[in-house]
Amino acid sequence: MATLLRDRPAAATRPDRGSLGARRVSRRTWLLLAAAVLWLLGFLLLRGTGTLALPASELTDLHRSLNRFNGWIAENRDGNPVFMYILTPLRSAVGLVAGFFMALFAASPTGEVIPVLGWLGTVAVLTWIAFAVGNVRVALLTAVVFTFFGIQGLFVDAAYTFALVLTAVLLTLIVGIPLGVLAGTSNRVQKVLTPVLDFMQTMPTFVYLAPLALIFLIGPASAVIATVIYAAPPVIRLSSHGIRSIPENTKEASDSLGTTGWQRLHTVQLPMARRTIVMGINQSTMAALSMVTIAALIAAPGLGQVVVVALQSLDVGTAVNAGLAIVLMAIVLDRVTTAASQRAEPSARRARRLSGRARYIVLAGTLLLTLGIVQVSRTVLWAAVFPARLNVGAAISDGVTAASGWLQTNLYFLTHSFRESVTVGILNPFQSLLTETPFYLLVVVIAIAAYAIGGWKLAAVTTFCLAVIVSLGLWSDAMVTLASTLLATVIVMLLGVVFGVAMGRSRRIDAAMRPMLDAGQTMPAFVYLVPFLGLFGATRITAIVAAIIYAAPVAIKITADGIAAISPTVVEAAVSSGSTPWQVISKVQLPMARKTLALAANQGLMYVLAMVVIGALVGAGGLGYDVVAGFVQSSVFGKGLAAGLAIVFLGILLDRITQAAASTPGRKPGARRT
Amino acid sequence: MNSPVISVRNLWKVFGSGGEKVPGDAGLSGQSSAELLENTGCVTAVRNMNFDVAKGEVFVVMGLSGSGKSTLIRCLTRLIEPTSGQVLVDGRDVLQAGTSELRELRRRKISMVFQHFGLLPHRTVLDNVSYGLQIRGTAKNERYSKSQEIIDLVGLTGYEQHYPDQLSGGMQQRVGLGRALAGDPDTILFDEPFSALDPLIRRDMQAEVIRLHKEMGKTMVFVTHDLSEALKLGDRILIMRDGEMVQVGSGDELVGSPADSYIADFVSEVPRADVLTLKWITKTVAASTAHDGPVLAAGTLIRDAIPVVMSTISPVLVSNGDGTILGQIDRDSILSVIHGSGSHTSDGRASGNPTSGNPTSGNHGAAFPAPGSRDNEAVPNKEVPGKKAASKEAVV
Repeated sequence: MATLLRDRPAAATRPDRGSLGARRVSRRTWLLLAAAVLWLLGFLLLRGTGTLALPASELTDLHRSLNRFNGWIAENRDGNPVFMYILTPLRSAVGLVAGFFMALFAASPTGEVIPVLGWLGTVAVLTWIAFAVGNVRVALLTAVVFTFFGIQGLFVDAAYTFALVLTAVLLTLIVGIPLGVLAGTSNRVQKVLTPVLDFMQTMPTFVYLAPLALIFLIGPASAVIATVIYAAPPVIRLSSHGIRSIPENTKEASDSLGTTGWQRLHTVQLPMARRTIVMGINQSTMAALSMVTIAALIAAPGLGQVVVVALQSLDVGTAVNAGLAIVLMAIVLDRVTTAASQRAEPSARRARRLSGRARYIVLAGTLLLTLGIVQVSRTVLWAAVFPARLNVGAAISDGVTAASGWLQTNLYFLTHSFRESVTVGILNPFQSLLTETPFYLLVVVIAIAAYAIGGWKLAAVTTFCLAVIVSLGLWSDAMVTLASTLLATVIVMLLGVVFGVAMGRSRRIDAAMRPMLDAGQTMPAFVYLVPFLGLFGATRITAIVAAIIYAAPVAIKITADGIAAISPTVVEAAVSSGSTPWQVISKVQLPMARKTLALAANQGLMYVLAMVVIGALVGAGGLGYDVVAGFVQSSVFGKGLAAGLAIVFLGILLDRITQAAASTPGRKPGARRT
Repeated sequence: MNSPVISVRNLWKVFGSGGEKVPGDAGLSGQSSAELLENTGCVTAVRNMNFDVAKGEVFVVMGLSGSGKSTLIRCLTRLIEPTSGQVLVDGRDVLQAGTSELRELRRRKISMVFQHFGLLPHRTVLDNVSYGLQIRGTAKNERYSKSQEIIDLVGLTGYEQHYPDQLSGGMQQRVGLGRALAGDPDTILFDEPFSALDPLIRRDMQAEVIRLHKEMGKTMVFVTHDLSEALKLGDRILIMRDGEMVQVGSGDELVGSPADSYIADFVSEVPRADVLTLKWITKTVAASTAHDGPVLAAGTLIRDAIPVVMSTISPVLVSNGDGTILGQIDRDSILSVIHGSGSHTSDGRASGNPTSGNPTSGNHGAAFPAPGSRDNEAVPNKEVPGKKAASKEAVV
């Protein structure tokens, strides 16, 4: 191992000396070519052997033993001390908080769908909170949107979702902010925490749903716990970052006056990191909404549930109606928390129109008004339950269903031919290339490619990941998923380069596109499925298109930032020597943004992978289908769990390969320079 | 001479792992900084430093960037933990102080002004100035009234409710100065406080420090890389190179008798007539000299003696404080100083050598306006000589 480590830097520096560099590069290309030829030959000669295909209903011994484990946990839940003293109390505590908020906003404890506050009271309270942490504009937005939920006929579902988001965000902040502050002030904590957060963020969201459901049972409590796990990293990271980015001389100046650690924290570090911490709250809130809707898969009530049920019965109208509600909820949460973070800025504080005291008076006055409305809402029926007369949800659904039907019928030649040409022309051949090649051959081919890209270490990691997938008994399904994932990633990268270059080169295009991309990134992943379900029906293509739409914004943004970050002097020099715009792009900007492009590919891939299970709700097969089936049928629970694990290892494999590809091109310019 | 407020003894600061072994190990501490870096990977920022700062003195630490001066000043209150040695403040060793004793030292005895101000952006000017009082637990009313006095003193009246980012650099540094003064410390440390400011503002702020020093009489330790600033402010100047002390002395000592070629090179650009006093050019009284001519004190700056010497043909006598005649000066001795200043010629180093430079009336006219034309320095210098002449006797 030691010799390996010593050899690698030597190999990296060698290309600097003349012709050796060219040989090094060509060796890598040669290896990749050899792998490709080996693969094609193997495919042609050994096609259909050693595919490890496993029919949907069949299980391996591993899956059966996981099923038994499921049963064992169910039996021992009451007796095992770990459950008795740690997990079950945790579940009850979280359930209690979630139950409190659900009762407050959505349904009374007796199970009737009359919130304690009444719908009008709920709207009033939320509006007042939006006003208190934000401003009048976001308060109005809150009032309008929550009233609109009622008109959509989704008030109770939206209130459930909101209650769960609120519970999850509160718990996230209670855990996350102190952890982030600790990580910001202590290097040791930071060092321990960073890899944990990295792992939490690269793991696809739904993968921990199944194990959590196993431990905490299905329902709101485990939904909240899953959401906390998903939503905590942003606020922890940003809190730590906020404290760490305080200038050293400010900290030193306060030390020189003899501050204690606690004084430094609350007079310097917390106030100065405040804006960044609130930005972290914003990101965590958006993540929480995304996860709460996905947690419908483990029986979390709310809008997500409506969408899932509608997707399963292919009821596009209802799905669109609920999807619209999720989008609106996302907008409200984003705007309110953004307004709160702007309020946290020192310059905003001094520009305020109202002085501190006048503001308190206004807040107290509006609070009294709010309480009055709550009282009305608790006594008058029309203010307690949203009037059915105003409910136009059914009309919206019917309209959308009709429109979707019309589109599917009348655009059939377009959507159908697009779908069929992609499916038959690209997806099917690629998928069969992956699934029908003998598994041992593919492992060897991927290992050779990994060696060519990142050396022995990467080859070892990829082989290990593939071995795990094989031993999980899900090789064939994993290859189906891989085919869709790679296809989607290629398209994501094409979009990323085209739009990213356009944005990086023109401020105007950047200004026009960025809000759309930001909006795209704040939307819960779920929502993307709905419109494409209307267009393409339940097929793999729908899932792929949804994944592309979900992943493209991040790839475009990273590429645009990479292109924009290239020194203007270099571009100026290229232009002044007479390059055409196309030459500037292809000879200067893209080569210089190479590392960024690889990073964009890496992130795009991870985002596509995050959509695998969600895509399975609308017809994608492979591992995603196994996971969803595992949620629904207890007989294939073990297989679903194994599929979740397989997705994790597929993710690690793809992440490592793209990361290695991102770090290697640095050698090539070095070789060319001489 | 007063008893020293700060005494530094054998102070070392070595950065890098294993740095703590260097000062005690004769084999290592004997090596030069470059050798240490090569052999151990450690960076020696402060090397075996010894000096005293007297009460009420302005003590300047000067050196080029990377010479360790900022590290040295931070070692005094352990903002950077020294590797070994002693820092005695009022006789107590700071390095032995516990956490709370150190905190008390920082809160009440020594405060600091920073190059990049280090103001708290979320607090108003008033809250920034009163910050030190707040953290030592002073009641709100008291700290605000005290801070208001300080704000008036540093010339920020009317800006109490402004935020730091609404102020210019010079104003921000006034806030920094006010924050350091608010706690009424015995000593103020300045870490290149004015190097981030533009030249005109810098001149104002230097005058401000001189004024505050006169009014409040605080001990000041002032770090700078600017020689003219050092000469203007410092009662004594310590010159550092590679973490080591090269020379310590008053401004005219550094200019008049530099310890080595490094310092000689350093001070070669200084207008010598503005810094040196008559004692540096006084020759023995010649037999032919008339004894009824004008008499000047030995502490007079050469520049200030020019009108007197030029108005008479005969040599002028120089006396020390009690009227004893030390010697004489004449036109030649003054012109040789003026001629030597600003050039790199070697005669600048041999102080009071009247043989070089035999000026004609032509270059007389050319050389004369030179010191006066540097009006940047001329204005504050007018107030320096008196103070310098007074304190020099006590310190040297």
